[in-house]
Amino acid sequence: MVLPSLKLQDLIEQIRGAKTQAQEREVIQKECAHIRASFRDGDPLHRHRQLAKLLYVHMLGYPAHFGQMECLKLIASTRFTDKRVGYLGAMLLLDERQDAHLLITNSIKNDMSQGVPAVQGLALCTLSTMGSAEMCRDLASEVEKLLLQPSPYVRKKAVLTAVHMIRKVPELSSIFLPPCTQLLRERHHGILLGTVTLITELCERSPAALKHFRKMVPQLVQILRTLVTTGYSKEHSISGISDPFLQVQILRLLRILGRNHDESSDAMNDLLAQVATNTDTSRNAGNAVLFETVMTIMDIRSAAGLRVLAVNILGRFLLNSDKNIRYVALTSLLRLVQSDHSAVQRHRPTVVECLQEPDASLSRRALELSLALVNSSNVRAMMQELQTFLSSCPPDLRADCASGILLAAERFAPNKRWHIDTILRVLTMAGIYVRDDAVANLIQLIGGAQELHAYSVRRLYSALAEDISQQPTVQVATWCIGEYGDLLWEGSCEESEPLQVEEEEVLTLLERVLQSHLSLPATRGYALTALMKLSTRLRGDNNRIRQVVSVYGSCLDVELQQRAVEYNALFRKYDHMRAAILEKMPVVEPSGPQADEEAKESGEAVPSPSEPQASKLMDLLDLLDGSSGEAQQLPPMAPSPEDSLVHLLDLPCDPPAPACSSSAAHPAGAPPLPVDDGTRCLRPTRELLLSPTPAPIPNLRVFEREGLQINLSFVRPPETPSLLLITVTATNTSGGDVTHFICQAAVPKSFQLQLQPPSGDTVPAQGGLPMTQLLRILNPNKAPLRLKLRLTYTHFGQSVQEIFEVNNLPVETWQ
Amino acid sequence: MIKFFLMVNKQGQTRLSKYYEHVDINKRILLETEVIKSCLSRSNEQCSFIEYKDFKLVYRQYAALFIVVGVNDAENEMAVYEFIHNFVEVLDEYFSQVIMFNLDKVHIILDEMVLNGSIVETNRARILAPLLILDKMSES
Repeated sequence: MVLPSLKLQDLIEQIRGAKTQAQEREVIQKECAHIRASFRDGDPLHRHRQLAKLLYVHMLGYPAHFGQMECLKLIASTRFTDKRVGYLGAMLLLDERQDAHLLITNSIKNDMSQGVPAVQGLALCTLSTMGSAEMCRDLASEVEKLLLQPSPYVRKKAVLTAVHMIRKVPELSSIFLPPCTQLLRERHHGILLGTVTLITELCERSPAALKHFRKMVPQLVQILRTLVTTGYSKEHSISGISDPFLQVQILRLLRILGRNHDESSDAMNDLLAQVATNTDTSRNAGNAVLFETVMTIMDIRSAAGLRVLAVNILGRFLLNSDKNIRYVALTSLLRLVQSDHSAVQRHRPTVVECLQEPDASLSRRALELSLALVNSSNVRAMMQELQTFLSSCPPDLRADCASGILLAAERFAPNKRWHIDTILRVLTMAGIYVRDDAVANLIQLIGGAQELHAYSVRRLYSALAEDISQQPTVQVATWCIGEYGDLLWEGSCEESEPLQVEEEEVLTLLERVLQSHLSLPATRGYALTALMKLSTRLRGDNNRIRQVVSVYGSCLDVELQQRAVEYNALFRKYDHMRAAILEKMPVVEPSGPQADEEAKESGEAVPSPSEPQASKLMDLLDLLDGSSGEAQQLPPMAPSPEDSLVHLLDLPCDPPAPACSSSAAHPAGAPPLPVDDGTRCLRPTRELLLSPTPAPIPNLRVFEREGLQINLSFVRPPETPSLLLITVTATNTSGGDVTHFICQAAVPKSFQLQLQPPSGDTVPAQGGLPMTQLLRILNPNKAPLRLKLRLTYTHFGQSVQEIFEVNNLPVETWQ
Repeated sequence: MIKFFLMVNKQGQTRLSKYYEHVDINKRILLETEVIKSCLSRSNEQCSFIEYKDFKLVYRQYAALFIVVGVNDAENEMAVYEFIHNFVEVLDEYFSQVIMFNLDKVHIILDEMVLNGSIVETNRARILAPLLILDKMSES
């Protein structure tokens, strides 16, 4: 028994009534079977109904390809209802990929030349949705004819079909360019809207069209002016504004025409000011027009007063209660802050208020904008606000906020003490979210500020005493206590309240850190080393420390055990050297190359039986760089095509291991400084660091491509006449990140070259953090320096390899 | 340019979908589920514009129905927001009963308003004129 075919409505009801997926599938499959049968039988009357049902089913995601031929049949029929459903089916089921779509071309052609506007409209609509390149080429002339048809209904559709055709087949733009001038004179808004879109599309595709249409700027300005100044028009008004959609489109077109072109921009200035001031902003439609005006003002060469007006409008948006408007205002201000910094600064308080938004996307934008607005005059106030925000913001924003605060503090800190305070506060509030090198930076900062040692160690001690869970703070605090512990119980410091600390308390605290479950293995390492350093600074005896150290000699963690065993050895066998080895560390240079140098020196110093101890010393100093037990890196060098420059030399060291996994291997030969015995190990290093720097050699830019720049800066330390330190800095001002960046160097045979590990392998876009890498070149023969660099990286999705020789090396680098 | 137009109910079922740029059918379902999930999870406090992959979503809620429009970066979001409201007003005027039973008519209305991703007509009377003719023809 064949069920009578359902109407679409009934089918939809049935499907919606199905309680489970399986039921729904059953209903649909039954219905599809019916539809298939009906198609086979070829019942013309109800075909459109079947196809309508099929389209619904298709929308739900079920296969419907068997309906394609039916679409064709329906399109070919004479009844309008059939045609309607047939074209709809064509739009939904057929696309360029199906072979059947070309078959409609003929039907469309016939329908377009028919003369009944509704039918023509249908055909145009379908063509514009799924027309492939071949179809467009065939039917271009037809569409052009229709552009001149008397019926506005058809004309507006023809215009938009032309837009689609140009997108598919750019060569057709020459056909559609001439009618535009005439179409602009239309009064019918639908046609105007379509024409403006067409012109926008043409201008975006070809600069010649752009020039042609610049002549029409006055006409466009006139249309817009009429729109703005005419009063209420029943036809087009949407909440009080006459045809905001057309206004927005015209403004966008004006933006494209006026970009980088002074004459057109001048013509538009008055109009833009008028629109900006006259538009009613109480409803969303008005705001939409205003927003588009602001974007246009920003993009063309407008007068300064106009730009300030635009920024003020955006500022007003920020105060609006509607969150949508605040969102677009924040996004646009973010784009503008680079170019019109001072104007945006005026709205800083409002932006800061927006940090408290409940909506995450809004507060994120407010955060970025606030960070961009920080400068040296408002840094204190801004930091205050940002830190309040940090304590209350959702976790996903914390990392960005913390790193932003740290960066801003670095750039604009008024004095060191404030800087240290700020970093400390950030670490205590959001310790786990900061970047790994924040600890290293802070340590180096504190080390550099000699007058603040007492102050910092007291602050850190109190912070640590309160809370030992925040790992970065704990690490910094233990390091400080280890280094400057003697300042803790020495006397009072005038910058903070007097703090009487007993030695025993300090030791207890450090032991607590060691034993706590919350401490990471790295933190425990810090704590153990700090304990050791205190052994030389304590006034009392070292029994407690010796006890702890010997206990940890059998700890399960290999790292800790190794340290403890060596420190034990330091107590027992090498007690005479303990004081010298555990002296206060000298100032560390920012990029850490000197730290590696010290590591090498002190590594050399200790006689060979205690080699593991040397590596631990390097560890001690390498902690500053956050790397584990690695003194140098010898990068694997691919054989260079040229033979004139030879690579990496005969430093008698272990074969090049992959990047960061080389363990305690350190070169036994050819260090720059001769050292013979342990007691003098640290002195030469200190001399090296405390001597004044020589006259600086100018920097050299060696490479630039698509926004990525490589600079070389040179340092010749005076004590070592044959040593040259080159720092390679990579900066990226383009819009895309540079990733997997590897830089390798080669020098002539008589030189010795060492590459230190780079600071990272990604150079973020838009002037993000530059990446640095240090090269050490030894030139004992004072031969002329030649340097060849090989870069490999990925930029904008393409991998790039560049090999070039550095020319114009200053003479001071090798003489 | 408008990339797609979706009408979804609160349970996440698609009531109407129209794509102005070709998307594979299985990818469509994936896209729809993701889009719907992000829209349904928004509270009243949050704004109506979401950034999703490489385009922007503008959504508006009307009782139990969500209308979501995906646009590319060049569009003015607030204008699209206004357009959604315009569309709903047109539907209101034409349909006396529940919309979903006359899905093909809704498609026709949408086709009148948006052609290939660009807005073509926003005047209610002009949009509904061909539909009224169609109705008259099918009655006779």
